[in-house]
This record gives sequence, C-alpha cells and structure tokens, in this order.
Amino acid sequence: MMELAVIWSVLLAQTMLALAMAFALYRMARGPRAQDRILGLDTLYINAMLMLITFGIRTANTVYFETALIIAVIGFASSIALAKFLMRGEVIE
Amino acid sequence: MRTWFPYPLLSVALLLMWLLLSQSVTPGSILLGLIVSTVLAWVTLKLKPARSRLNRWSRIAGFILRATGDVIRSNIAVTLIILRARRRAVAAGFMTLGIDLEDENALALLACVLTATPGTAWLEYDRRQKILLIHVLDIENEELWRKTIRRYAADLKEIFE
Amino acid sequence: MSHLTDLPPWAAALVCGLLLIGAATTFIGSLGLLRLPDFYARLHAPTIATSGGTILICLASILCFAVLQSRWVFHEVLIIFFMTVTTPVTLMLLGQATLYRDRFENRPGVPRKSRPSGSKIEE
Repeated sequence: MMELAVIWSVLLAQTMLALAMAFALYRMARGPRAQDRILGLDTLYINAMLMLITFGIRTANTVYFETALIIAVIGFASSIALAKFLMRGEVIE
Repeated sequence: MRTWFPYPLLSVALLLMWLLLSQSVTPGSILLGLIVSTVLAWVTLKLKPARSRLNRWSRIAGFILRATGDVIRSNIAVTLIILRARRRAVAAGFMTLGIDLEDENALALLACVLTATPGTAWLEYDRRQKILLIHVLDIENEELWRKTIRRYAADLKEIFE
Repeated sequence: MSHLTDLPPWAAALVCGLLLIGAATTFIGSLGLLRLPDFYARLHAPTIATSGGTILICLASILCFAVLQSRWVFHEVLIIFFMTVTTPVTLMLLGQATLYRDRFENRPGVPRKSRPSGSKIEE
C-alpha cells in the first residue's frame, strides 16, 4: 500500500520536474538575450539532476546518483565558463 | 609542517571528499587522497587566497541559523510572488546601500548568502566607496532588506575582523 | 518495485511528502523563469530550485536509503554541498556579466557605474 504511494509520488514528482525542464528549455530557446539562455541552461542542469535523483529513488541504482553528482559539477563549470565569456563584452547573439 | 601543509583545513576537507567520492577507506585510496590533497594545497598556495582569522566562534552558529531562517522565509515569499505574477505586477528593482567590510572572505560569504536568498541577488560592490548594488525582487520592503543586510554585515565584521 | 516494499509506513509518508514538496518548489522556480518580466527578476528564480528543491529531494533520497540501508548515502550529501556552494557563484557571475553588458550597450533602467570619489552619489 505504502509502496504504491511512494511510486505514485515519484511519478508525480517526475511529471513536475519534466514540466520544469520544459520551462527552462523554453527560456533557453526563446532568449531574448544571451544571458537569459545561460540562465535557462543552468536551471535545466539543476532540473535534470533532480530528475535523475528521483529515478534513483525508484530503482535504487547507484549509477543514477553518480551521474547526478557529475552533472552538478559539470553544470557549474559550464555556466561559469559561459558567464565569463559574456564578461568579455563581445556581443555575439 | 607549515611548508608541507600550507592549508591544513583545506587538505583535510579534500581528503575527506576524496574518500567520500571513492567510497572506500582502503590504504590505497587513503594514500592517493593524501597525495591529491597535498598537491592541491600547494596549487592553492600559488593562487594566494586572502587569509583571514575567525574569531568569536559563538557568533558563527547564530549567523548560520539566522541566514537559514531568512532563506526559508524568502523562499516562501518568492514562491508567492511567482504564483501571483499573472495578476499583480512584480515590483522588482535595484537598491544601493553602503556597508563597511574590508575582509575579502567576509565579502565573499556575504555575497553567497545574499545570492542564495531567493529575494536578493548580489550584483556589484564598489570597494573604494564601499557601496553595494543588489537587485531585490520585492522592492516594497526595501527598508526591511536594508536592515537585514546591515545586520549580516555587522555579524560578519565581528566574526572576521 | 522490490526495495520500496521494505519501507516502513512512516518513512514512506515522509519520503512522499519531501519528494512532492521538493518537486513542486522546483516547478515553481522554473515557472518563475517563464513568468517574471526581465532578466534581473528572473535571476532570482533558480535559487528557489536549488535551495528548496535540491535539498528536499536529496533529503527524501537520504531518508529512503538510510532506512533501507541498501546503499551509502554520501552521494546526496555531496550533491547538496556542491549545489549550495556553486549556484550562488554562478548566479553572481551571470548577474555581473549582464550588468557589464547592459552598461556597455547603454540600456535604460540600469544603474550607472558609480562615479569616482568626490562627486555625490545618488541613492
């Protein structure tokens, strides 16, 4: 009984996270400026990482958590690199 | 000792993180972790980060508690603002205020706390004129934000200087 | 669906609650990305997703596997640590880059760079 409740709430949480990813993707595709896209990409990274953690809860597979950790680290590095690129003041849109 | 381990705390933290990541406490991984943490501490020495001394350890707990409470409260407030954004225009705006902090690490910590609070975002600090520029999502409570940040700055001044 | 059957009811209820609240917080944060009017306002949205969503969902996972004792939960602790440390840095840098670009392009509504000392500063 409780097992079903956990499975359903994981599914519900995944639906919400998928919608959140869609919003971030929309902001990334739509812009309007380069910094909005980077913000969308950063949010997309976070949401994808959370999605992987919910998959991990459902399947108890350690691989998901390792992937989530890697995404957390690499997403940071890429966002910092992109923001640094914007700092140079070269307006390429 | 100081030449081998220039930043003992950093080395210990790195070793701990290495062991957590590899999830084993075999002699081999401990040895590898020791090598990695020592070498990384030497690399950090080249970067010459600003050193600062912590005093008043008792104030640190209070600061962390207050920051956590503010983050939670601000989370709820910003959630409500976003949910109401369709019906009511968001009153966001810039805000400047003068704070008097010298220590680089204290400034970095203040920046992180302010940005981690959903209602405020750190934009710029003018080091010569000691003027801080932040963006606030809820500019109507400007006086409240001013008071909160002044209080943080006073706490950090006591902890770091 | 085998490992979840061993979860006692109180733990299952807590895991459900934390998961749902965390996911809802993340959802609202991304909704803010969609709804808020300009970039500086949108800059506030992802912090809700990290400080609220990440911590709650990771706590749900920690609770689930700590009760089941089927695997180590250090990954989640490290994820919480990394996210809380790195997200403010990213957003701060992004905000500074945007301010720089907006000043470079002379956009209206952006605070100017404060004058060198001597002249008066307007609030």
